[in-house]
Amino acid sequence: MSDFEKKRKQAQKRWDSLQASKVPVIYIGTASCGTAAGAMEVLQSVDETLKKNRLKAKIVQVGCIGPCYLEPLMDVAVPGQPRISYANMNQHKAKRVIESYLVKGDPFLQFAVGHFGDEGWQSGNGIPRFFDLPMLKPQVRMVLRNCGIIDPEEIDHYIATQGYEGIMNALKKGPEAVIAEIKDAGLRGRGGAGFPAYKKWEICRAAPGETKYMICNADEGDPGAFMNRSLIEGDPHAVLEGLLIAAYAIGASHGYIYIRAEYPLAIARLKKAISQMREYGFLGENIQNSAFDFDITIKEGAGAFVCGEETALIGSIEGKRGMPKSRPPFPAVSGLYGMPTIINNVETLGTLPNILRNGASWFKQYGTQGNHGTKTFSLVGKIRRSGLIEVPLGMTLRKIIFDIGGGSNKPFKAVQTGGPSGGCLSEEFLDTPIDYESLAAAGSIMGSGGLIVMDEDTGVVDVARYFLDFTQKESCGKCSPCRVGSRHMVEILERITKGEGQPDDLPKLETLGETVRRGSLCGLGQTAPNPVLTTLRYFRPEYLLHVKEKHCPATVCNELIEYRVIPDKCTGCQRCVNVCPTGAITGPRAEPHNLDPSKCIKCRACYEICRFDAIAGDAIIIRSRRRTADEQAE
Amino acid sequence: MTKKRTARRRSGKDPARDKHFARIFSEFRGEEGDLIPILQKTQERFGFIPREAVRRIARFLKISENQIYGVASFYSQFRFTAPGRNSIKVCLGTACHVRGGQILCDAVERELDLKPGGTTEDRRYDLERVACLGCCALAPVVQVNADIHSRMTVIRLKETLDKYE
Repeated sequence: MSDFEKKRKQAQKRWDSLQASKVPVIYIGTASCGTAAGAMEVLQSVDETLKKNRLKAKIVQVGCIGPCYLEPLMDVAVPGQPRISYANMNQHKAKRVIESYLVKGDPFLQFAVGHFGDEGWQSGNGIPRFFDLPMLKPQVRMVLRNCGIIDPEEIDHYIATQGYEGIMNALKKGPEAVIAEIKDAGLRGRGGAGFPAYKKWEICRAAPGETKYMICNADEGDPGAFMNRSLIEGDPHAVLEGLLIAAYAIGASHGYIYIRAEYPLAIARLKKAISQMREYGFLGENIQNSAFDFDITIKEGAGAFVCGEETALIGSIEGKRGMPKSRPPFPAVSGLYGMPTIINNVETLGTLPNILRNGASWFKQYGTQGNHGTKTFSLVGKIRRSGLIEVPLGMTLRKIIFDIGGGSNKPFKAVQTGGPSGGCLSEEFLDTPIDYESLAAAGSIMGSGGLIVMDEDTGVVDVARYFLDFTQKESCGKCSPCRVGSRHMVEILERITKGEGQPDDLPKLETLGETVRRGSLCGLGQTAPNPVLTTLRYFRPEYLLHVKEKHCPATVCNELIEYRVIPDKCTGCQRCVNVCPTGAITGPRAEPHNLDPSKCIKCRACYEICRFDAIAGDAIIIRSRRRTADEQAE
Repeated sequence: MTKKRTARRRSGKDPARDKHFARIFSEFRGEEGDLIPILQKTQERFGFIPREAVRRIARFLKISENQIYGVASFYSQFRFTAPGRNSIKVCLGTACHVRGGQILCDAVERELDLKPGGTTEDRRYDLERVACLGCCALAPVVQVNADIHSRMTVIRLKETLDKYE
């Protein structure tokens, strides 16, 4: 029996004993997002409750299972019963569930959202299977299959769920066959551009040079995207196995993981996983007796968005300013320290073990022709069920936003795909299948996978200004069209949102946008104008309202709105008077208050306190300063 | 700080500091690629990149101080002034922006009379805008030190900040 076989048997045993545990097992999602929602307080409360009641139970900290709107999540599995998932926990709720279920034997299903048992499990009192929840049912979990299920700090859990089988298959096949398998699977880079993964690999493998480098790009800089972080936090070994497979295929002897310093938990998990790999013979010399030597170094990024670009990333690892270089030579031929280098995105690497384990034809059953497999997205913004999802490529935006995400509370207005470099698509594009070509045809990009949903309260002019302001600040300054052009575009957009727009501003923006797109070296500059160009194309009337009528229909542009007290609704409770920092609101108790617009700085404090107050409620409104003809006559 | 000690710091010969730098440098071989990790360790230790550190790193890596400033100022992580006791980071990522992150940032600025990148006079707080903390589903978020405060409102902001001494 080989070493790996022995390790696998051991791992299986440990995993099975957890599944058939004689004591209850409590799983708590403690990835960054869960922690932010209060998972640590839940963990502490569970721990205290167990101690207080002298109960024996195991606590397992798992990664993020996806539905962030249900965080913090806590699952409880008592012997002989399936794992039951409880949502939106806090310390009090968790205590009640534990006391009720573990002491009295009543599973307290009021807080339960789903179970992990068989379909036939009846005693669940009508709660659905967790994976049958509307948000999860349409999903295909391939890359994220282990997230939220296994303990990410246990290599045995990963091995017991068929982990490291992919690299074992790869080592048997040989590097050329691995590349052929990936070519057959049609895997395209998940970092955004969708370049076929095998092509880069072939070039790099064929390139002369004794030392080659394999880099994992985990510099997830798109604001509104957290897919890579969740994957690393929830299943670090999947990414590391992928890195190993890719390195073996191209013949690299050293690997780097370039990860944002803003992801401390992900970095800690990677470090732990790497030391476990070394212990299990998956790193170092002669990996699994295959004469393949490989080691990994973690490089923490220092906060520069442009370093997500390949050549800039290489510069940053070399200790220089992260500025893109012109290509060719491509990194596959001359990259890090002048050696052939491949850079793959976290998700691309996370997909590899699945393909090597199950074969290309299995992989191709998901997705559409030319766009095989699945893609993870972070679904955020004005949406009911926000979180991390994974769907087969080719699913329509409508299905993602409405079936999985549950739509927005107010009428849907637009969706931004591809982060700040992507485009803002209007309602008419909802039936667009999500694949590389269709999104490009609509003027957007797939990007790394941020989906930001906007409703009628979101101003597209403001959002376009926001995105461009972001990319402009992150421009490295090498190409003047990007450095200066985007700056001018931001200035024009600022003018428009202040109500000082000129009639020729819109055509000017389009010309400038085109210049920036064509005159920039790297992806950042080439895609920076996308949000502006797409919103100009699909939401032009909204721009025209800003320019011609100084009117912001979404009431977000501060200079174009005003706060008002509705006298009929105001109960005179004085709560807004107390929170107003400038003394703009006055009035005696029990009488409608008066808001002096000249003193108001639009800080929103009064609006919030009024809106969330049960007694008064909505007596303060935000509205456009533009008067209708009737109001003017008044 | 006494005059003597100031003078000693200026000349870069503070024995206490020698030890810190020796410890930082001991992990590295002195290659150019070590620059960013060294800067990160320095900032971890001192909270910012002091001038003296730049001089010492230049000597250690045998590169010019200019080059170090060039690299350090390129990356938003590095700061050249001392931080406050509590670091406030207002997230202005996309999800937070559409849910009112800018309004929160304005509120912190007004409440503490502080501009992003600055530190209050009593060194109690410093303020930074960050592009995304990756908690988009909980937007808008404000991070103080290691704590992430989710679904923040202008009203709750003040009481939250008051908790940090």
